[in-house]
Amino acid sequence: MPHIKLSDELPGISAAFAFRPETAKPMRELAHILLHEPNSLAPGERELVATYVSSLNDCYFCQTSHGAAAACHLGSTDTVKQVHADFEKAPISEKLKRLLVIAGQVQRGGKNVTSSAVADARNEGATDMEIHDTVLIAAAFCMYNRYVDGLATWQPREESMYAQMGEHLAHEGYKTPSIKPTNAE
Amino acid sequence: MPHIKLPEGLHGIRGAMAFRPETAKPLNELVEVLLHAPNSLTPGERELIATYVSSQNDCYFCQTVHGAIAAAHLDGNEELVRCVKMDFFNADISEKLKALLVIAGKVQKGGKHVTTADVEAARALGATDIEIHDTVLIAAAFCMYNRYVDGLDTWQPHDEELYRQRGKKTAKEGYVTMSKEYIPQQS
Repeated sequence: MPHIKLSDELPGISAAFAFRPETAKPMRELAHILLHEPNSLAPGERELVATYVSSLNDCYFCQTSHGAAAACHLGSTDTVKQVHADFEKAPISEKLKRLLVIAGQVQRGGKNVTSSAVADARNEGATDMEIHDTVLIAAAFCMYNRYVDGLATWQPREESMYAQMGEHLAHEGYKTPSIKPTNAE
Repeated sequence: MPHIKLPEGLHGIRGAMAFRPETAKPLNELVEVLLHAPNSLTPGERELIATYVSSQNDCYFCQTVHGAIAAAHLDGNEELVRCVKMDFFNADISEKLKALLVIAGKVQKGGKHVTTADVEAARALGATDIEIHDTVLIAAAFCMYNRYVDGLDTWQPHDEELYRQRGKKTAKEGYVTMSKEYIPQQS
C-alpha cells in the first residue's frame, strides 16, 4: 500500500503525478526533453540508458515501463534484456556501451564518474552534449526511481499494461499521461 | 576541470544549466515549486531537507548554496544549518521536521528504504500527506541535482562569502528569477 493516499487506479509515477500536478509538470517536461525530443542519440538509445539506471536502482515500475518504450523504439525486447543483464555483450554500439558505463557511475554517485570513462566515450565519438545528456538522464532516473519507490506506489506485475505504456511513451512522449484510470470510460 | 566544456565563470549547476538551457527550464521550475512556492512547510524547513540530503550525497556546491539559502530564511542562523547536517536529532528544529528528515535520509539511500513506521512517525507528529510527498520528492530531486553537479565535475569554488550572498538573494527572489542571471534568454 502506498505511504500516502494516492489514486488506487493509477500505477507507479502516474499516481504520484496525479497527486501533485504542480511538480508533475516540470518532471514530465524534463523526461520529454531528455528521452523524446530530437537528439543525436536515438530515442531507443536514451530509453536504454533510462531503463538500465532504473534496473540498477531496482525500480520495477521504471525499468519495465522504460524497457517497454525502448523495445518499442528498437523493435526488440531481447536487446533490452541483454542491456539489463550485461550491456557489454548486447548488440548496441560501442559508443552507447561507453555512455552506459558513465550512467552506471552516476547511479552510484556523481563523484564516481572518471575522466577516463569520459575519454573512452569521446574516443567512440560521443559529443559533449551526449555526455551531458547521459549524465542528466542517469541523475534524473535516480530521482524518478526514488520518487516511485519512496512513496511505495502501486506497481502491478502485468506485462501487457507496460507494453501499452511503452507504446504511448515511444509515440507520444511524456507530456501527457501514458495510462488512464482502469475504470475510466 | 569539468568533464565537458562548460561556459566559464559559472559555478556548480549554473555552468551545466547554461550549457543546456532546454533542460535548465524544468529543473528550475521543479526546484521553485518544491523549495520556494508557498507550502505548509516553511522555505527554511524545505531548504534544510535539501541541504541535509546534499550533505549525505557529499555534494559541496549544493549543500553550501542550499545551506546558505536555509540560513537566509532562518534569520542567518548558520549554526542551526551545521547542526542539521551533523546530527539533526539534537538540532533546535521541530519534532515533525526531524521525522521528515529521517524519511529524506532513507530516500537518499534508495526509495525502498522508506518504511511504513517512518511515515507513521511523521504523521503522528502532524505531517500531512502533501508534506510527506514533498519531503520524498525534495530528497529524490536532490539525488538528481547532486549527481548532475558532481557527475559533470562542475567548478565549485570554496568561498563561503560568495554562497552567503547568493543564498540571501535566492531566498528572496526564488530559483526561476535567479536563473535569468546566468541562462541565455530566448527572445
